[in-house]
Amino acid sequence: MDLIADFAGILLGGLAAGTVLFIVSVGLSVTMGLMGFVNLAHGAFAMFGGYVIVLAMNRAHVGFIAALALGFVATAALSVILERSLYRRLYRAGELDQVLFTIGLVFVFIAATILIVGPESQTLQLPPALGGQLNLGFTQYRTYSVFLIGVGFAIALGIWLGFERTRIGAQIRATVDNRRMAESLGINVDRLFTITFAFGSGMAGVGGGLGAEFLGLDPQYALKYLVYFLIVVSVGGLGSVIGVYYAALLLGVLDFVLKLYLPQGGTMFIYALTILLLLWRPQGLFGRKEL
Amino acid sequence: MSDAARSAAPAAIAPRLDHPAARVLMRRHHLRWWEALPWLAAMVFYFAFPDYLGFGTELLIAILFALSLDLALGYAGIVTLGHAAFFGAGAYAVGMLAFYGIWTEPITSLSLAAATAAVIGLLSGLVLLRTGGLTLLMLTLCTMALLEEAANMARAYTGGFDGLPSLPIAPVFGVFEFNPLYANTQYLYTLGALLICFAFVRTLIYSPFGQSLTGIRENLLRMHAVGSPVRRRLVVCYTISAALAGVAGGLWAQTNAYVNLSVLDLDRSATVLIILILGGHGRLYGAFVGAVVYLALEHFLAQIYPTAWQLGLGILLVLIALFARNGILGLGETLWRRYGTRLDGS
Amino acid sequence: MTETRLETQGLSRHFGALTAVREIDFKLDAGARHALIGPNGAGKTTFVNLLTGVLRPTGGRVLLAGRDITAKPQAERVKLGIARTFQINRLFRGLSVLENVCIAVAERVGAATSMIYPAGWRTDVIEESMHILATLKLADAARFRVSELPYGRQRLIELAIAIGLKPGVLLLDEPAAGVPSAESHIILDALERLPENIAVLIIEHDMDVVFRFAKRVTVMVRGAIFAEGTPREIETNPQVRAVYLGQAAERRANA
Repeated sequence: MDLIADFAGILLGGLAAGTVLFIVSVGLSVTMGLMGFVNLAHGAFAMFGGYVIVLAMNRAHVGFIAALALGFVATAALSVILERSLYRRLYRAGELDQVLFTIGLVFVFIAATILIVGPESQTLQLPPALGGQLNLGFTQYRTYSVFLIGVGFAIALGIWLGFERTRIGAQIRATVDNRRMAESLGINVDRLFTITFAFGSGMAGVGGGLGAEFLGLDPQYALKYLVYFLIVVSVGGLGSVIGVYYAALLLGVLDFVLKLYLPQGGTMFIYALTILLLLWRPQGLFGRKEL
Repeated sequence: MSDAARSAAPAAIAPRLDHPAARVLMRRHHLRWWEALPWLAAMVFYFAFPDYLGFGTELLIAILFALSLDLALGYAGIVTLGHAAFFGAGAYAVGMLAFYGIWTEPITSLSLAAATAAVIGLLSGLVLLRTGGLTLLMLTLCTMALLEEAANMARAYTGGFDGLPSLPIAPVFGVFEFNPLYANTQYLYTLGALLICFAFVRTLIYSPFGQSLTGIRENLLRMHAVGSPVRRRLVVCYTISAALAGVAGGLWAQTNAYVNLSVLDLDRSATVLIILILGGHGRLYGAFVGAVVYLALEHFLAQIYPTAWQLGLGILLVLIALFARNGILGLGETLWRRYGTRLDGS
Repeated sequence: MTETRLETQGLSRHFGALTAVREIDFKLDAGARHALIGPNGAGKTTFVNLLTGVLRPTGGRVLLAGRDITAKPQAERVKLGIARTFQINRLFRGLSVLENVCIAVAERVGAATSMIYPAGWRTDVIEESMHILATLKLADAARFRVSELPYGRQRLIELAIAIGLKPGVLLLDEPAAGVPSAESHIILDALERLPENIAVLIIEHDMDVVFRFAKRVTVMVRGAIFAEGTPREIETNPQVRAVYLGQAAERRANA
């Protein structure tokens, strides 16, 4: 009985962490698949949203759900402003320029956060309904983690349905697949990208807030987890929601297990696996293969 | 050859080479007078600022590191965020040899550092340079992170996060000791190493091989279409770049008498990239300009206002990416082209 | 006795359900001046990509001077003597015209692997490049950057690079494409001055070029060879007219 409880504990912990990774990274995957833009500042958007959510709850005493919604909207709005004014000038630019620009943005975000809020980390006060333990029958586990897993699954399903069933989803899929063809079909790719970018960044913001407990929330967040977000996105395959979901959950569980049994340098295996996988399939697990 | 033939032959050949375009190509590698300036400045610095030689040594190492990156990035067009992997490999090679008393002679240690980094560069290049774009970026990043974690895991040998302190480094040529308080030996030693490495890089850039690298950077598909074995060239270039980065890392370990995990982290990779871009990539002296400007600013600003420094740096990067992608030297070139040409009447 | 420089046997290429090139048997002899025409989407560029190794065939073989090169990558085929120009310029835009050609010549003579001496010492490479530019009447433009030249002259640089590779087989993909009609005679003159022994295959839409230049014409429709013959035979072929030449040929026939 104990073994099952232990195993379930590890699995659930990993899935919860993975879910947070998914919620943050799904936006990055879609925007990179859509526009081919290397946005290293995605983690900074997640950080921004996280701060909005946590500060709203801690200082303005806004309710949990309301704070999440606020985080989404605020991050989405910020991303639209930045996209319209700055990002779009670099769509045709080379990869190097995009990397430099987004790294620069990350530095600005980090410095601004320290100057405005301060260098300390922020903690998320969970609403009492989500605190404590949940009885799952075969084991007891943290309610919040189970909540996260459920929410993550719902988001994944929702986004996937959005892609498959709505018109805008079809437009996104078409543009990811063949941008020039999509443009010649009359799809307004610019507008599509702004919408997608806003949604993806908003989602990242929500993920930043929801995951504040797992990943922490301090000004270095934007850089600390960047490599993880990039791994999730490239392993999953650019532009694939399913890909990001699987890759995120896989990474979350793997990382959890490694931290438990190989706390010193266990992450080495994650990097090694990523390298092997990308060498075997450069387009990721579910990515589109270049002809 | 008969007299008639001898006088006929040169007349047939010379006109084609006696063309401005041909002359430009034939003379491109000639040393220009101002190329002596950086080295003169380095010597002036030695005598004028004896208290800042530690900083000066750090500056020279940064120049070498950025120069190595320029070979891969500026000339071959390989975008990498993981160049610290080679810097760190060189540093740890020197560090561990010295710490465990296996080998402390500095010049040969540097060669070993270069060799170690070159091997890693060759192996990773053979494997990674099959890919491009984001995949390559990710792979270089992951390779560096992998090495960092491996060094962390092997903490029994590498000293882990705290590193290996107080490395015993034998005197240069058996005579000149590294003094932790007065960095004179370190500075001149590093300057000498930089001079040799720079001479090597400069020769490489102006060689036919260097020209083909430029071709690869300018139009990859065209290079395939002229029969160039592109991947082989890229791997060779990457390996040489790694070796030079290894020398820089080895110098760092020797002059600081210390090595720790910071030689392998993302911060170091990102900083060298910023330095190179700031100065101007794909231009021999971009590394010099970038390192001087960046380290000078960092030295004065970062210590006083660290957060404002980061903010300013971020804004600077955004501006560079948007308006001055070729860095300071690039801006200089644009200005020269617009206003300088009026000076010689053309 | 003419030697067959390039030959394909049953060459095919599918993209999923789409057949771009269908069982093509084709021969190109030394000294050939051969034009490949056909409606858009007929598979002409795909065919050239198969010949040069940019694409792998899904069936059939490619033979260069009797040697099977089907499995060989692009760069190797160039070394064996096939050169091509692209429909859209693929030049080193930031470099000088002379340097563009030098890079190609240096590759050919094997200079490009040298790391220890300056490129400027290879006067043989520079000289040969200047000579090629002179024959294409580009010598005066040699020192300018490619991006500074008008498009028509840039097209010529494509040709210069291909010539610099001293190929036995030269494949030209719409050399006059994008060139304003006022400048197209430059291209035509250059084509006429190509070394006699080279086997040349040219993809073209411009029928003036085809008539002036080609001794034989192949018509490709929907991936397969539709007709083959001298320019006059093709022009008067009623099926070809119906499928492709249309009114332009009518006008010429009645002129």
